[in-house]
Amino acid sequence: MYRRGGVFTGEGVIPYTGEGSTVTAGSAVCTQIGCAYTGNEAVAYAAKQCNVDVVAAYPITPQTIIVERFSDYVANGEVDTKFMYVESEHSAMSACVGASLAGARVFTSTASQGLALMHEVMYLASGLRTPIVMGVVNRALSAPINIHGDHSDMMGSRDCGWIQLFAENAQEAYDLTIQAFKIAEDPAVQLPVAVNLDGYTVSHATENMKSLTDEDVARFLPPRKPIFKVDPSTPISVGGMALPEYYYEIKRQQEEALRQSRHVVKRVGKEYGDLTGRRYGFMEAYAMEDAQAAVISLGSTCGTVRSVAKRLRAKGKKVGAIKLWMYRPFPAEELISAIKGLKALAVMDRAISFGAPYGALCSDISSSLQNTEVKLKVLNMIYGLGGRDIPPATVERVYRDVLQAARTGKVEERVMFLDVRE
Amino acid sequence: MVAPKDLPLQELYAPGHRLCAGCGPSISVRMALKAARGPTVVVNSTGCVEVSTTIFPYTAWRIPWVHALFENTPAVASGLEYAYEALEKRGARKGKVDIIALGGDGGTFDIGIQALSGMLERGHDIVYICYDNEAYMNTGIQRSGATPRGAATTTSPAGKVIPGKRGGKKDLAAICAGHGIKYTATASIGFFTDYIDKVRKAIEVDGPAVVHVLAPCPLGWRSSPADTIKLAKMAVQTGIFPIYEVVDGKYRMSLKPGKLLPVEEYFKLQGRFSHLLRPEFKEELEEINREIEGNYRRILGLAGEQVA
Ligand SMILES: Cc1ncc(C[n+]2csc(CCOP(=O)(O)OP(=O)(O)O)c2C)c(N)n1
Ligand code: SF4
Ligand SMILES: [Mg+2]
Repeated sequence: MYRRGGVFTGEGVIPYTGEGSTVTAGSAVCTQIGCAYTGNEAVAYAAKQCNVDVVAAYPITPQTIIVERFSDYVANGEVDTKFMYVESEHSAMSACVGASLAGARVFTSTASQGLALMHEVMYLASGLRTPIVMGVVNRALSAPINIHGDHSDMMGSRDCGWIQLFAENAQEAYDLTIQAFKIAEDPAVQLPVAVNLDGYTVSHATENMKSLTDEDVARFLPPRKPIFKVDPSTPISVGGMALPEYYYEIKRQQEEALRQSRHVVKRVGKEYGDLTGRRYGFMEAYAMEDAQAAVISLGSTCGTVRSVAKRLRAKGKKVGAIKLWMYRPFPAEELISAIKGLKALAVMDRAISFGAPYGALCSDISSSLQNTEVKLKVLNMIYGLGGRDIPPATVERVYRDVLQAARTGKVEERVMFLDVRE
Repeated sequence: MVAPKDLPLQELYAPGHRLCAGCGPSISVRMALKAARGPTVVVNSTGCVEVSTTIFPYTAWRIPWVHALFENTPAVASGLEYAYEALEKRGARKGKVDIIALGGDGGTFDIGIQALSGMLERGHDIVYICYDNEAYMNTGIQRSGATPRGAATTTSPAGKVIPGKRGGKKDLAAICAGHGIKYTATASIGFFTDYIDKVRKAIEVDGPAVVHVLAPCPLGWRSSPADTIKLAKMAVQTGIFPIYEVVDGKYRMSLKPGKLLPVEEYFKLQGRFSHLLRPEFKEELEEINREIEGNYRRILGLAGEQVA
């Protein structure tokens, strides 16, 4: 039998210690309330408990329920948030930037076409260092139009300078949303954070989870203390033109802030774990200590992958699984430390990077392995586009392929498109 | 109307910016800030004013100023307004902030009209000023939805067969007033006390208000920098840019209707219209003349007045 967690201690790599993340592992010090929420409801509830000052959002399937729930909170006087019903996602993100510059705690959410429409403004949000938190309910992009889950939307925005977190289930969507504010608003970070949850699979599935009390959230997340703000008390100019002699330095500093934010993500994940017993970091490692082959994925697929890995472990196969919570900044060193003992790794990409050698996640991992001593075979699996189901049988085949690559040292096809009619 | 001697000496818009000599938009900004009543924040869309007033690390703004993008200024301003309100409710800040959103004609008539419409419809307490130099000047004089018929720009050149821009100027004031807002005005920097009064009224209105101000651009209009104010006056006097207010849906002319100056006098001073004075475009000029007069009569009619 494999050993369960506890041994592997790579930085920010959290050993898997329970059934999903929903079971309190160890030492929760706060009261938690058992409840059942969909992913969308969990995100809306977390934002409510984070006591946001301003929400500006626009409806789009499968995210709409977040805006609807929040509208209920406003209509029932349960929050004193100012909710702006904007006329587009472009304006939603723009209003968030304005509100955040004024010093407010700001939340929005979107999906798919809405995220694509925000693209221009997302660069603005990170460039102006506004700590906005956004729930992204991952959905396919047109054309053809499709309302179901995949990661095409977020992968198109992966280089916008945002911190990007991925949730496996409603519990994680809730937990990560609360942490996101603390990460974003940290004086050393001052960057926007996107919390991703898979369309339908997470957004619409009701799951048992645990929530914190309002008081504990307030203690964990005190009111925002902006380090600068657009306010008549300080006549500053924000967003002016920077010519070649300054632009590059400003962007370099922004990149450094994003890179350094990893320390804050880790610290906040630990603090949250100390409070709730659910510890977070950059990734969760399942049975990686002696694994020879593993699968890495993002979001809801991680649950399926882990359960298949468990079954294979029970049959004596030396397999592991990695769930990446933090995709940007990309935790290259920590990931390498987690996979360096492997002979082969299968990387699950739920989006196509059209014309690129690999999917986005696989490109990031492959390039991270460059100039290291780590030699392992990398297989790229594209899957689940437009809501195509990813059943355990498919994941079993992925493990079969990655185990074969581990055994033979050979990779037949670098990129495989799973479960597609060719 | 405010008398020039009563205008505040304080300059919230500092000299030393890099707009062209004789730049109408620059004058429009300086004058607008003379109307400020208290703590004020400006949100400015991409365009000549933005790029030329803040080249990092310098700024010409003595009050808080934000530039976000080309087309989202009304939305960013809306966000600021909501934030001030939310923070005040929580005791995290105190005192009213006047918010001025400032955009060029391109940022207002074209790419930003959706965001502007949203801001007006939601009823934010924001003053929107469109400084109209009748083209995208920052990118090198391309036509916009505010470029008047016949004007030559780099994307509506006066060719052998097509005499400059086809189609006229959108009726921005009607579009804005159509949102049911309390105050909309057109103005010209040529009648600057009237303009400053209008900005002040717009600030005092509770809810959204729009001031559309004509601001000649010597570079794009191919006119003398010395003629900027003269042209701004003539545009009103020829009837090509009537100035009026729409208060709670009611139109009111800002000047007593008089005899209109011939539009040729206005065109003569500007290279962008010079082709229209050539014999082969005589019919086009006549057509333009008819349009100007027709539009002027229409506005007078809305204000319940007659041509003198
Ligand atoms: C989305 C987007 N499209 C195009 C541009 C390029 N651009 C910058 S300013 C400008 C024209 C501005 O015109 P206007 O609003 O009339 O202001 P002016 O330059 O005349 O002061 C354009 C086209 C941009 N910055 N953003
Ligand atoms: S191009 Fe025109 S609008 Fe722009 S700075 Fe020069 S004069 Fe002003
Ligand atoms: Mg212009």
